[in-house]
Order: sequence, then structure tokens, then C-alpha cells
Amino acid sequence: MSVRQALLALLEQGPMYGYQLRAEFERRTGSTWPLNVGQVYTTLTRLERDGLVAESGADGEGHVVYRVTDAGRDEVAAWFTTPVERTQPPRDELAIKLALAVTVPGVDVGAVIQQQRSATIAALQDYTRLKRGRPAEVGGSAESRGADMAWMLVLDSLVFAAEAEVRWLDHCEARLRRAQLERPPADSSAPPPVVDPQESQTNREGSRR
Amino acid sequence: MTTTTPVLQLSDVTRVHGEGETAVQALRSVSFAAYAGELVAVMGPSGSGKSTLLTLAGGLDSPTSGAVAVEGTDLASLGANGRARMRRTSIGYVFQDFNLIPALTAAENVALPRELDGESSRSARRLARAALEEVGIGELADRFPDNMSGGQQQRVAIARAVVGERRLILADEPTGALDTETGEDILRLLRARCDAGAAGVLVTHEARHAAWADRVVFLRDGVVVDETGSAGADTLLDAGAGR
Repeated sequence: MSVRQALLALLEQGPMYGYQLRAEFERRTGSTWPLNVGQVYTTLTRLERDGLVAESGADGEGHVVYRVTDAGRDEVAAWFTTPVERTQPPRDELAIKLALAVTVPGVDVGAVIQQQRSATIAALQDYTRLKRGRPAEVGGSAESRGADMAWMLVLDSLVFAAEAEVRWLDHCEARLRRAQLERPPADSSAPPPVVDPQESQTNREGSRR
Repeated sequence: MTTTTPVLQLSDVTRVHGEGETAVQALRSVSFAAYAGELVAVMGPSGSGKSTLLTLAGGLDSPTSGAVAVEGTDLASLGANGRARMRRTSIGYVFQDFNLIPALTAAENVALPRELDGESSRSARRLARAALEEVGIGELADRFPDNMSGGQQQRVAIARAVVGERRLILADEPTGALDTETGEDILRLLRARCDAGAAGVLVTHEARHAAWADRVVFLRDGVVVDETGSAGADTLLDAGAGR
């Protein structure tokens, strides 16, 4: 994950120490991707090694404060002006599970789909409940408005991703059903339509198009 | 909640369209209830029977067998006039394409069901203005539908659906023609009406909208195949962290 760039971007707003960086990161992302403070300090050490941040003394309580260097600012600018790479699709357990479910004999694919759809919609309901807790228009100070907006956008991202998953499941289901209709199994529970051979010929022509 | 009479109750409802060989079973033995304060979403692909369920709930159609009751009254016992009256006074309908009357202003559209029900025009208009105020467009009361955006028109339609304390709101893809943000505002409004004590049934094929409901019912080929309650918000952060 882009913890490195995110911390650099936060330091552009002013020098901070590790705990402050973690708190700011979580405030803006609604603790959706929790960071441990060890991870923050490891990242800061690497950023310092690469010349992107520098120690900038300590505050009254002895916390080591970091500031961003000019090279660090360039790195942040480059991050914001470059799209996130999508060359390597992230491994998707659900897609892998369905790919195997349709090929391994004896798996009830319909049940796999419905079970997942229910679970994903339940997660969507939870995300939506968090949205409902917040007014449509965000208020408060400029700073807290910014953090609220950031968290709402992260929440929306989770909502849209879950929705895409449900749409894909709907699509898989429709596709499997159509495949089943076009190639009825020998023990089909639905009786085959009674039609005369000539008509059935034209029907088959029609469905093959 | 379960000890009170549901606002909407479908008991073992079957609806068959057509006869003989061409008969289509749109719903098969569906039982379904919506209680006051609850928003229930019905999801399913086209042809699954979700729109049939809504037209039966609204008394716009009658079941082939089984019973539909609104606030404890069996709609079949009412007769056509009684059902029409029930639709004006107890049931609010929100459609995908708004169904506003273009020759009437927003306030007149909202007041119409009350006036048809015999209420004085003055008092009906007063209620209409209050309802428009509640959905956030009080200042547009004298505008005609053609001079409003889609989102504003749908707000008028919702005001019309809830005016006069109606306790059952039926919404058929109410966000279909709206952009995502406007659609979300409409869901917030429906949700708020249900939180204030109405029972809502929302038919949609969009999971993002169904997620505003307390329960999601899945229909396939006229049968309820699954139902999702809600697991509680504390599971959320775990779910988010796992992604």
C-alpha cells in the first residue's frame, strides 16, 4: 500500500512525529486501513535513508519530528500526477473461488453466488449505516470538514466496490442460467418444450445467432 | 416490533398472468411483511416478480390466490372503490419516471390525492406545502414539473406519496433516472420517512440503494430465495480491514 506517499503528503502540511502521522492518516481514511505505529516509524526510517524526509529536532516532550525535503515534495507531486497502476490485477479470492466452482464437479455454484451476494449486501448495509450517521452536508471547521469529506469518499469507495461485486455476481448468475437453458442437462427437471421437428429446427437457428 | 400488526402483509400470495399453456407465474406463494419504521428492499433480476409484488401491495392488482393486507385490512374485502380510497389515504407510490401531472404545479400535484379524497382545497394545499418543505423544496411549490430537475421532480413525487400521514410507501426503482448523488438524496429521504414511522418497500436492482434498507429480500422466478438482515455496525471495520 502507498503508506510511503501518504505519509510524505501529510508531512507537506508541516513537520510531525510518528504518532501524529498515524492519527492524521486514520482520521482521513476513517481507520479503514489501520496502521501500527511501528510501520510508521519503519517507513520514516526508509524515507530518511532515501533523502525524502529529514529529522527536524524534537518537540517539548522529546518526540522526534520529521519534515519533508525538496526531493520528498517532488515525490508527492509525482504521486498526485501519476495514475495508480493497474497492470497487475490484485488477487481476487472471490473471482478465483467462482472460477473453480464452475469447473470443479459437485459444487452448487448458485448457492456460492447467493451466499456471497447476501454477505456483500450485509457489508453494504453496514457501510450505508455509517453514511446515514452523517448529514448529507458536512459542517464544522474547514479542517474537520476536510477530514469528514475524505472519510466520506473512502466510505463511498467501499460502497462502490461492494456494489460492483454484487453486479458481477448478478451477471455471473444470469450467464450461468443462460448457458444452462441453451444446453439442458440429460436429467433436466424442466420438461422439454413439445414442438414439431421443423419448428424446433428454426428455434435452434434462432438461438444460435 | 413483531408483536404489532404489520403495515403491509402478503400471505401466501400467488399471481398468475394469463391462462392455460401460456400462463406465467409471476409470484408463487410469497409471504412478506413490512412493519412501521422499517424500510425493506426487494431485489431481483427482471422477471423475478418484484414489480408484481409492488403492484399487489399497492392494490393496483389482485392476487390469484393468497391475501394482501394493509394496516390489517384485507384489500380483497374492500372492493374497487375501497381500494382506490386506500391508495389515496394510506398508500404512497413513488415511480421511476415520477408520474407528475405536467399541467399542475408541484403543490397542486401533491395536494391532488387529498382533494380527490374530498378535503378542502385550502387545507390540502397547506398540507402539500408542508410536505414539500419536508423534502427540502418548499421554495419550488409553485413551479411546474417541466421547470424542475429530475431530482426535484422525484422529491415532489415523494412529497405526494407521504402527504397526509400515509404509512405505507411503495417505491419502484425511484432513483432509476437520477445521478448517483441525487439518487442518494432520494434514499436518504425515504429512509427518514421510515425512521419517522412509515413502512417502506423499495424495489430496486441496485445493491447500493438496497443497502439503505433494514432488510433485503431476494426474489428469483417469483419465489423469495433469501433475506438479508443486518449484522451490526461493529463488524464494519473488520470487513474493511480484510479488503
